Amino acid sequence: MSGVPILSLMLLVPLLGAVACFFAEAKLARTIALVATLVNLALGIAMWASFDVGGAQWQFTERADLFGSFQWALGIDGIALMLIMLSVFLMPICILASASIEKRVGEYMAAFLFMEVLMVGTFAAQDLFLFYIFFEAGLIPMYLIIGIWGGADRIYASYKFFLYTLLGSVLMFIAMLWMVNVAGTSDIPTLMQYDFPVDAQTWLWLAFFASFAVKMPMWPVHTWLPAAHVQAPTAGSVILAGVLLKLGGYGFIRFSLPMFPEASAQLAWLVFALSMVAVVVTSLIALVQHDMKKLIAYSSVAHMAIVTAGLFAFNVQGLEGAMIVMLSHGLVSGALFLCVGVIYDRLHTREIDRYGGLSINMPKYALFFLLFTMASIGLPGTSGFVGEFLSLAGIYQASSWVAFVCTTGIILGAAYMLYLYRRVAFGEQKNADAAAMPDLSVREWVMLGPIAAAVLWMGVYPESFMAPMRADIAALDARLASARPEGDARLWIGEPAPVVEEEAHGGAH
Amino acid sequence: MELTTSLGLIVPELVLAVSGLIMLLFAAWGGNEASKPVSIACCVALGGAFALVAPSVCGGYSGPGTLAFYGQLRIDAFAGFAKLMIYASAGAALVVAPRYFDRLNAMKPEFAVLVIFSALGMSIMVSAADLISLYIGLELTSLASYVLASFLRDDDKSAEAGLKYFVLGALASGILLFGSSLIYGFTGSTSFAGISAGMAGGLSGGMLFGLIFVMAGLAFKISAVPFHMWTPDVYEGAPTPVTMFFASAPKVAAVALLARVSLEAFGSQPDAWQQIVTFAAIASIVVGALGAIGQENLKRLLAFSSINNVGFILIGLATATVAGASSMLLYLVFYVAMTVGSFVALLMLTDAEGKPLETFADIKGLSTTRPALAWCLLLIMFSLAGIPPLMGFYGKLVVFQAAVEADLIALAAIGIAASVIGAFYYLKFIKVMFFDEAVDRVQGKADKAQWALLALATLAISPFAWLLTGWLASLADGAAAALFFAA
Repeated sequence: MSGVPILSLMLLVPLLGAVACFFAEAKLARTIALVATLVNLALGIAMWASFDVGGAQWQFTERADLFGSFQWALGIDGIALMLIMLSVFLMPICILASASIEKRVGEYMAAFLFMEVLMVGTFAAQDLFLFYIFFEAGLIPMYLIIGIWGGADRIYASYKFFLYTLLGSVLMFIAMLWMVNVAGTSDIPTLMQYDFPVDAQTWLWLAFFASFAVKMPMWPVHTWLPAAHVQAPTAGSVILAGVLLKLGGYGFIRFSLPMFPEASAQLAWLVFALSMVAVVVTSLIALVQHDMKKLIAYSSVAHMAIVTAGLFAFNVQGLEGAMIVMLSHGLVSGALFLCVGVIYDRLHTREIDRYGGLSINMPKYALFFLLFTMASIGLPGTSGFVGEFLSLAGIYQASSWVAFVCTTGIILGAAYMLYLYRRVAFGEQKNADAAAMPDLSVREWVMLGPIAAAVLWMGVYPESFMAPMRADIAALDARLASARPEGDARLWIGEPAPVVEEEAHGGAH
Repeated sequence: MELTTSLGLIVPELVLAVSGLIMLLFAAWGGNEASKPVSIACCVALGGAFALVAPSVCGGYSGPGTLAFYGQLRIDAFAGFAKLMIYASAGAALVVAPRYFDRLNAMKPEFAVLVIFSALGMSIMVSAADLISLYIGLELTSLASYVLASFLRDDDKSAEAGLKYFVLGALASGILLFGSSLIYGFTGSTSFAGISAGMAGGLSGGMLFGLIFVMAGLAFKISAVPFHMWTPDVYEGAPTPVTMFFASAPKVAAVALLARVSLEAFGSQPDAWQQIVTFAAIASIVVGALGAIGQENLKRLLAFSSINNVGFILIGLATATVAGASSMLLYLVFYVAMTVGSFVALLMLTDAEGKPLETFADIKGLSTTRPALAWCLLLIMFSLAGIPPLMGFYGKLVVFQAAVEADLIALAAIGIAASVIGAFYYLKFIKVMFFDEAVDRVQGKADKAQWALLALATLAISPFAWLLTGWLASLADGAAAALFFAA
């Protein structure tokens, strides 16, 4: 595989597709978009198949001196591989989910394919500036997707999304310039090993935090997310929840932690505090929502808070758990938005009260919805359980109080998700129009089926997903080792319990 | 011998001067029918001058061999780089102008002649190595510009723009002259090298006053805050092709001149002016961004946008380093492309009778009625907002990189945070064109020349241009090095 620049190909295919869609008629554009995303999925599977687990840290690397001050540098490790797989897996499903789009289809498909280019590029970039370009350029298609094809209040949502994320990122940009100036290189693998002065790390960490915390999103800068989710078209929500939120977590794991370990340790309390607040507050907010999309959006914030707490636990379980939560949440929340989209297409409302008793007239739909609801809660056997258990085990080693508060998120999660499910799928069929809705079509089957399979796969045999990442997480853990004691001195409560560690390992395998 | 060498160095300027004079005679006897041939001939002259200047940029000319007329002019790579941008944007103004003026029956051959003389003045400005030649170039440019601003004699707004520009411009020139005389009095020299040497021993009160007055006069010419008040009125009132010209060529020239004065003449005392430039930079970014928010008129909005952009360019100057000077030039390249592109697009917004449309209300839903135009504008606006992968981001990248390398981190952080405010009104542009219901007011047909220019400008700011950045950066570095070689 060494001869084929597979990552560049994965960028080129959707890019060409986007250009073609831009000029194509509606029907042709749908076909082109589906073909391009499927080709990319095939390329992704080929890449995963030829990924050498336990081999070099960075694989499929490409270097070309195309630009003046930085390089066209691509390459992936296991973490990036998994996130790229998530992106290319969700994309064809998004295209299928866009059947109800009738306005300006060509441009819509072009925006989605362009989005895919940028997502894959962000995860694959090995040059700091190249990363920033991909990372930031994602604003353009997403702004248009929300603004052109969104709901009634789309303009406010699109502005909020754009300006929030832009303000976060520009500070990171200055920090990047400083780092490149000091380290003399913009090569990410080199920078990951570079020891920045400890006093500067705090500032750099905060600048990166400004960007990733908004992207993640962390409480209290999460308010753009419900607005954006509610207004975006279904496929837009799927991409937003499925992949774009992962950019924040990826940023923490790729930049904040390895590049500024000391600052991360010093400021872990901040992340923990915000995460604890987020888990409880956003879960409670989710409990009282009347709009299905808003409810799932708030639940995303709560899940992402477990990711951030897990990342800053500074141990292998926390990091692995955070990664699995991210992958799992990408699938599950994407699927939940699709489930909302399915009934929204039929009844054109997201009001929970307008539905009821759907398990009677839509049994297949109710089954899928139940599976994803349970996965979101973290039922054993689904992907949600693996990730949440691992990350909570990791958090517990760092601070039992943080683990305690974060675990309430699971309980509250069960509350709001089951409450949602009861109101939508169970009970009386009190609305005649909702009772008359037909069950899943073939197209919807094809959308939800693969995600359900992936969710179960990740829940039953997570090793497939953890194996490629294991060496990278171990390397990151080793990198963090020197900083850990300083952080732990304040965070550790009571005696370190070896039993917990054993349990955690038990959960991992 | 000296005269021949000097004349050899200024061949591009001679070409412009001679062709300008000949065309003036043509215009005087040919009448309005001569407009078209004169315009074409002037374009050819600008193209010739462009071709003649290009080698000096590619070769990175610097050193004593570039001095002409006993140190009055310095024909180095830095001047050459600025001249290329000036000639290109002057040429663009000539290409789009006839269509605009024809509709009003106001096309006169003098337009092209004035543009040529203005470009000649700018050539002298950017090459100036002495306060005297600086002033000659500046006034030649300004006088031509005053007339251009009021070129639509019957239009009240155009006349008002010309008058405002003249009164305030004359005041600024006066301030500049006063500063120059102080500097001459206290350093005993009008040449930049002599001033630098005279200041090297320390800055006396008189020199400081002179320096501040000179900087203030030049800040007016680049419309940096707090000397920006004239810009929105003049930009709005002047005929659109003239506004496009004002926003591009004279800005390049004045920025290059400011850089040369700061770094060559005052190069021995950078601390004295760095604070001024830093303040002007941040104030321009913030005022340019805030002022644009409430605007309904697109020309006024672009005027504030140009104030905003000048702020970013000044960040490059505030570093007082070679990298900073180089980043200014690179920023200018893409600024010129974006400015020309946005004004050409504006010129293409006409109703069925060809009347120009200039407000947000007119371009609602443009993306459904005129998709090609709307998408070009979308790219230009995102580029102005500095969103990657468009080239406006590259300009910001190099400028802020220079600022960070010079340890001006606070300036960089404030500047970039303020740029988010600016993003707001560029987004409004896109929101109006793409998210609002179509009103279909834009009915007029654009000609091929306009489309070609717009396509060229859009291509220049599109991600493809990243491939050129290595080459462009090396040219700009050579030009900046020439500036510092002299200093």
